[in-house]
Order: sequence, then C-alpha cells, then structure tokens
Amino acid sequence: MAWPSPLEALVIGASAGGVAALQTMLGSLPGSFQAPVFVVLHVPKDRPSGIPELLGGYCALPVLEADDKQPVRPGHVYFAPPDYHLLVESRDALALSMDEPVLFSRPSIDVLFESAAAVYDRGLLAILLTGASSDGSEGVAAVRAAGGKAWIQCPVEAAAPAMPNAALAHAGADAVLRLGEMCERLKGSPA
Amino acid sequence: MVFAEMTDDATELFDIELKLLLDAVYMRYHYDFRGYAMSSLRRRMRHAMGRFDCERMSDLQHRILHEPAFFADAMQYFTVQVSEMFRDPAYFLGLREQVLPVLKTYPSIKVWVAGCSSGEEVWSLAILLAEEDLLDRSVIYATDINPEALAKAEHGTFAADRMPLFSRNYLAAGGRGSLSDYYTSAYGNAMFDRRLKKQMVFADHSLATDSVFSEVHLVSCRNVLIYFNRELQDRAVGLFREALVRRGFLGLGGKESLQFGAHADAFEPFVANQRIYRKVAP
Repeated sequence: MAWPSPLEALVIGASAGGVAALQTMLGSLPGSFQAPVFVVLHVPKDRPSGIPELLGGYCALPVLEADDKQPVRPGHVYFAPPDYHLLVESRDALALSMDEPVLFSRPSIDVLFESAAAVYDRGLLAILLTGASSDGSEGVAAVRAAGGKAWIQCPVEAAAPAMPNAALAHAGADAVLRLGEMCERLKGSPA
Repeated sequence: MVFAEMTDDATELFDIELKLLLDAVYMRYHYDFRGYAMSSLRRRMRHAMGRFDCERMSDLQHRILHEPAFFADAMQYFTVQVSEMFRDPAYFLGLREQVLPVLKTYPSIKVWVAGCSSGEEVWSLAILLAEEDLLDRSVIYATDINPEALAKAEHGTFAADRMPLFSRNYLAAGGRGSLSDYYTSAYGNAMFDRRLKKQMVFADHSLATDSVFSEVHLVSCRNVLIYFNRELQDRAVGLFREALVRRGFLGLGGKESLQFGAHADAFEPFVANQRIYRKVAP
C-alpha cells in the first residue's frame, strides 16, 4: 500500500492546477485523520492567497495558513503563506523563512519536503500533485532517502504533468496514482 | 530496512556536526547561532558546503576556524538578508496612522530597528518620521550582528532598479510625496538624502548575547525572529519588553506572532491585521 507505518505526517506539494486537485484531496480526508498535514501550493506573492479559507470549506479538518513557530497539532492542515518558505522545525513547531526562492518559488515544495523528511523520516508520506515546475523533485528524493514514502500523481491525468514527470525521473516514487485513487487511500488511511 | 536505518544515521550525524560547527563559531568568533531554527540552518549549511566545495561539514568547520576571512564570506549563509523599503505597506500605514499619533505626544521619540540588515526599513522609517514632522526629535537605533550589512545600511544607497518596487510600496504606505524626493540617482544607484541620516545610530548588537542599551518607544523587528528557535525568540522579545517604555510599541513581521511565546501576556494587539503590538500596563 506504500504507507509509512505508522503515518506521522503528510506533506503535499502542488503548483499549476493545484487548487482544484487540493480541493478534491483535502475534501477526502476524514475528520478522524490523525496526522498533521503540511501543504505548499505555489501562489502569487504579493497578495493574501485566500486559499486556506477557500479550501477549508471543503475539508473536515481545520485548515490554517501557518504562522512562524506555530505548534503542530494532529489532524490540522497548515498551508505555507505567500512569499514564505514553510518548514517543519520539530514535531512540535513549524518555521517560516524568507530564504531565497528555490526554482523561482517561495514557498518551495523542496524546502518543505526536505525539512519534514529530516524530522519525520520513516513516518512521512509525501504527495506530489500537478504542476508546471520541477519543484518537488529534490524534496521527493529527500523523503525517500530518509525512509518515508512518496506518492506522485499520475502525469497522464495531472492538469500540468511537468512536475510529476520531473520528480518521477529524478527520484522515482513508491506509488504513481490518480487523484481519485489517492483520495480513496487517504479515506481509509491506517492513521 | 537497512537503507532507512543508515539514512536516519546520516540525518543525525549531520545535526551533530552542525551543532559542533555552531559551538565552534561561537567559541572562535563570539557569534551565537546556537539558538537559530535548525530547519533553515540545515539547508543553508548544505548550500555553504556546496558553494565552498566542502564534502563534509567538518571541512567547512576547519576552514571557518582557521581562516577568519573565510568566515566573513561564510557569514552570509548564517544570516538572511532580504528586505525592501516599505515592505508590507500596510504595516507602515499602520505605524503612520495609529502608532505615530501616540508617539507624537512624547517630547522625544526613540525607535529601535533590531536586526536591520542592509537598512531598507531604517530609511523607510526615517522618511515616515520626516513626513509626520517627527524626525528632528527622534533617534533611530539600527542594530545588526553583520558588520557588512550594517555598513550598507549606514550608506543608504540601494540599486536603482529596486526603486519602482520601493516607490509602489511607499505610495501604498501612505507616502505624502514621491519616493524620488528623497534620493538622487547616479551610476545605477539611488543614494538617499543625508538629512534623513542625522538621527540614525548604527550599532553592532546581538539579540542572542547582548543586553538592552536604551529605553525606546517603538521596536521594529521584522522577519528576524523567524530564524530563531522558541527559546531565542523568548530572549529577544524579553529584551524588547525590557527596552520599551510603559505602553510602548512592538512591530513584527506579517507571519510572526507573540502568541506562542513566553511574553504573550505582556503585549496586546494594537493594529488590526498587522503584527503591531502594544505593551500592556504592568
């Protein structure tokens, strides 16, 4: 099933086409989902995204835009704010940074995934969705090298296939799945 | 899962070496990065290792310990310097419309820009104070640990190609004229009016190791605390609390919050939707 056992945290990265995909995915998470969820969605930097509020309406879990050093709570969904990198500082706290954009992106999926891999190692599940960038490739590699699992959206189905393709070529995956299959699995998550 | 166990070790060893490096830097140069957030430091030290061709962290440590000039170069990987003039215009508008009217009632005004980096915010505040007719009776303390950044800040010269952005920010922050009223352009640079500088005091000061040096009415410390772990954040905010006069003001970055720290009860939110706080009466 390509699940970390036990599942301790979920990270999700999405870019072009990501709002619709995230709406479906977050909508599928059951209210009983125990792991914290961290999300990077590429958004324009100079205005409030409004995305967490928007997607919160579709999700049974609380959806928040992360503040620096915010405590990590089980079953909460944390979005990177526009123009900040989101990192997992420890099992207890998030961190933000204004380090340089990575592959023109801040927030960067690589930065989130790498930081989460260092904290959760084998307990981490990373999901990479649609996107037109190559962000996420290094991140997926880091997650897998640390013993975590990575699911990548089937490029044929993705609204923008470049990002899943780049990650598959660079890092491979523990599962290549359609969005609907990922959602079904998450609904029945062992966590 | 032998592979996974090996890589767990790799992460752990990296962290051990990183902590040793921070200890070494502290002992050798008295720069204290031991309370910085590990998640960003890991990434930045990996960059430094790549940039300086160091295969291991211990190689980086060796060069840092033995070559002071090398440490000066490597310093940029420990601290982050990104700033804009009037960055987050709504913050400066909040200062202009809500904080300065209160500060106006004091005979003299002291402002502390903590972690001022290359000074964009210092010069922005000077313009703000000048436009509210307060600059002549104000002092702006601008502090940072990075000597190169401080020198830049003091110079008050920024690349001309940044001016369109800075101008937009300035206007959105309620600017009363045009930003170009305050600088002269030459050779691709914009040099800001020396008259703005009269009331500025630049000083080397560390939020990790130094103590309070003056009483102030406003502390502005934006996107500095995000690089600190919770303990160091508590130390820094403790300094601000101590430095601030009764009912003084503290401005933080847009995603920084006092809510999760030890001094949450000592401050109350003052400007809605901006992280501008006011010290509660003791």
